[in-house]
Amino acid sequence: MQRRIRVLVAKPGLDGHDRGAKVVARALRDAGFEVIYTGLRQTPEQIAEAALEEDVNVVAMSLLSGAHNTLFPKVVNLLRAKEMSDVLILGGGVIPDADIPGLKQAGVAEIFTPGTSTASIVEFIKANIK
Amino acid sequence: MDIVQELLAGSRLALARAITAVENEYDEAVTLMQAIYPHTGKAHVVGITGPPGAGKSTLVDKMTKEYRRKGKTVGIVAIDPTSPFYGGAILGDRIRMNELALDQGVFIRSMGTRGSLGGLAKKTVEVVKIMDAFGKDVIFVETVGVGQSEVDVIKVVDTTVVVLVPGLGDDIQAIKAGILEIGDIFVINKADRDGTERLETELEMMLDLNSSKVAWRPPVKRTVANSGDGVEALIGAIADHISYLYNSGEFVRHRSARTKNELLLLLNEQISRHVLESVMAPGKLDLLVDSIEGHRQTPYNIVNNILADILR
Amino acid sequence: MMAKEALKDMLDEYNMKAEKSLAKNPERQNLAQPRVYTPLDLEGFDYVRDLGFPGSYPYVRGVQPTMYRGRFWTMRQYAGFATAEESNNRYRYLLDQGQTGLSCAFDLPTQIGYDSDDPIADGEVGKVGVAIDSLADMEILFDSIDLGKVSTSMTINAPAAVLLAMYIAVAEKQGVSADKLKGTIQNDILKEYAARGTYIFPPKPSMRLITNIFEYCSKNVPYWNTISISGYHIREAGSTAVQEIAFTIADGIAYVEAAIKAGLNVDAFAGRLSFFWNAHNNVLEEAAKFRASRRVWAKVMKERFGAVNPKSWMLRVHTQTAGSMLTAQQPENNIVRVALQTAAAVLGGTQSLHTNSKDEALALPNEDAVRTALRTQQIVAYESGLADVVDPLAGSYYIEALTNKIEQECWDYIKKIDDIGGAVVAIEKGYIQREIQESAYKWQMEVERKNRVIVGVNQFQIEEKPLEGLLQVDASVGELQKKKLAELRAKRDNNALQIKLVALEKAAKDEKINLLPFILDAVKVYGTLGEICGVLRRVFGEYEAHVSL
Repeated sequence: MQRRIRVLVAKPGLDGHDRGAKVVARALRDAGFEVIYTGLRQTPEQIAEAALEEDVNVVAMSLLSGAHNTLFPKVVNLLRAKEMSDVLILGGGVIPDADIPGLKQAGVAEIFTPGTSTASIVEFIKANIK
Repeated sequence: MDIVQELLAGSRLALARAITAVENEYDEAVTLMQAIYPHTGKAHVVGITGPPGAGKSTLVDKMTKEYRRKGKTVGIVAIDPTSPFYGGAILGDRIRMNELALDQGVFIRSMGTRGSLGGLAKKTVEVVKIMDAFGKDVIFVETVGVGQSEVDVIKVVDTTVVVLVPGLGDDIQAIKAGILEIGDIFVINKADRDGTERLETELEMMLDLNSSKVAWRPPVKRTVANSGDGVEALIGAIADHISYLYNSGEFVRHRSARTKNELLLLLNEQISRHVLESVMAPGKLDLLVDSIEGHRQTPYNIVNNILADILR
Repeated sequence: MMAKEALKDMLDEYNMKAEKSLAKNPERQNLAQPRVYTPLDLEGFDYVRDLGFPGSYPYVRGVQPTMYRGRFWTMRQYAGFATAEESNNRYRYLLDQGQTGLSCAFDLPTQIGYDSDDPIADGEVGKVGVAIDSLADMEILFDSIDLGKVSTSMTINAPAAVLLAMYIAVAEKQGVSADKLKGTIQNDILKEYAARGTYIFPPKPSMRLITNIFEYCSKNVPYWNTISISGYHIREAGSTAVQEIAFTIADGIAYVEAAIKAGLNVDAFAGRLSFFWNAHNNVLEEAAKFRASRRVWAKVMKERFGAVNPKSWMLRVHTQTAGSMLTAQQPENNIVRVALQTAAAVLGGTQSLHTNSKDEALALPNEDAVRTALRTQQIVAYESGLADVVDPLAGSYYIEALTNKIEQECWDYIKKIDDIGGAVVAIEKGYIQREIQESAYKWQMEVERKNRVIVGVNQFQIEEKPLEGLLQVDASVGELQKKKLAELRAKRDNNALQIKLVALEKAAKDEKINLLPFILDAVKVYGTLGEICGVLRRVFGEYEAHVSL
């Protein structure tokens, strides 16, 4: 069987810092995943549509601008509305610990804060996709 | 959810899921292809090939917008190379088609080659058929873009567009290595750059030398994908080509050749899989290798035995 | 110096002795540098030719003769968040605490030319900087701050012309004429394409706006630094120290060429170009990097562009300590990192400095944290002695050898980029981005394999307690700005504005016209940033990022 884990690495909102997203994308590729990288300035709608078309297993959002409390839940809700509740939704970037419970409540499976290793992201994905 | 019914009814989610099922070779893939097959045959399939950096994705983005203005629906299959070492891939063509993401009349799917050579993904044919059945008027197949070895694309598409850029250094090489034979239309993209005239002249010369067999002399078009210059004319050339195919009977001949090729490929694939399943039982392959290395058997009589077993 | 051969022999002897001790004291695996430096590493070194004196070509030892003995570097903390009122408070606090220059941080909608009520600004208003929608916000931002007395740096790029116009308009209202204004706008679009991401327009019209600013300021705002050619962000994106200065200087070359092509005389604008470096963790490498960069730029300006005014040869630089090296783990450690990075910048000879706060891995700094960051600079200035002798590292075998090495590698990159066709083409082709990404990935793998230790992150970890008291900017800021915008649009003279916007659009379509006066006109009748940039977006189009991984 030719199954591959497909991951959408997305940059929601206006934040232009893509070092982390690109490093993660590359590490995921080296772990054998197919990685669709959206580039910058994605609206939640664009992210959800891309996730649908590419039928991804994982949506991984990177955000360093502080807009995560607004944008992450929007993406979660759009995916749910499109009947894609099986998708594993991850977030990373500059996200204070205090915001994590709220994001998880909203449907983000895990938040990877500064200092995370790419290896731990790979492990999490392998252990948690449906 | 009957995925085929939903797909035929226009569900984009079902389309996406169907593509996954076929790409990952799930059990239901064969019945799925069986069910959609009668609904195929309407789409015009256009292959976009050419070396990396030629601007294929940007051109596809602009052409799609042009088709959309004309009221057509579009499917895009964007193929990128799978890493031979780890089996993963970065599928980065979408980044140049961001504005199309929200157009419900456009469906973009990125695929990794997953070990296939020749510029296409293993299941490209199937994916194109699914998009065809879904009702797409035009389907673009954007190849990997390693340039020279990408002749497989002609087995999948109606019209092959070859995209070149001036000043990449090895223009002549690209022209020599089989590209000339497969192109129905040639595009010089980034045509605002130095070297455009020269490349065009060289191309035209070589096409003249080559134009022996068929009645279609591939046109050479100039585009500047970033600004959209020349895209309308390119669409026109594609329309001309499809007319030519119909009027000359080439379309039917071409499709037959493709269907024959698909049938043989599918047969080949299924037979291999079936046969290998018998050999791939845990440990069995190692035993066979052992016996070869111990000079008790040769690969040839082993294969004969396997076949004899199967054919009984 | 003793005979070269004899010294070589002694060095060999030393190395043999060192190798013998390796059995008992093995050296760490990941050491890139040789063990020790000697006069042999400086063969052919000529003090006058290679170093000279501070304040003289090639400026390796500093751009001013007395450097910090006369005046410390400007202590200029980058600040701004939420509303203009709150940011104004922070600016006045910092000035009270002894900072000597202002530095404005704008939020992302402002940096990308959108008003706070644009749908795309949802969730972003006031988060990474202050929200500025119009001149009205700008007036509040500088309330009770005398623009005739303070110098202000504004980190703004694509819409730099608009923010500069607003600053000039605020000053005018204060009774300060433009020819007295001191400050900087970042205005460096090339690094936005390559590393930072807050671009709006495509390269050609962006370069036009930049050269418009050079020209306008050379005539009307002569003390203004019209550009801060930045390497900080390139380094933050993952580049090496050499790549940081090489790619930035290549960008600088592109700007100078564009301005000359637009008809400006090099000495008319080059004295007002400035730079922006990163102060990273390796103290000595950073100091060498600073020194090398000054020698390279001096040579570029004198030899490549034929500038004759010494001011044109000087690389004047603002520095920021490396944000990417701050850790969320054991945040107190960041104070130490910043102190070392400050030492690096001071030994490097920076003209101004921003120091990060300990909590910035997770949020914008709260008042206590930013005070400590400022105190760090003050302690280095007043207590450490590092500012008491000009360029104290000069003559060190290691430092001079390293300065030379960095300079050479920098020239190699510049040549490579020249061969590709210059920085603009190199960025278009993705060359610079790929180099940066390679370095970034390499770094991450070193950290994950523990070849590079980050204290508290991959070694010396503890059970962490979440940091308390972080600064928060909530959604109410967005709502407040929307309200202010509605009020503004109702109150202002919309007819007058329409006329100015139409004039701007017409002027924008003619490449030969300088847009600053038109932007200034629109700003003064309270055209919003989004409205003004909207006109320019219509005429210039938007940049489409093509480069993937």
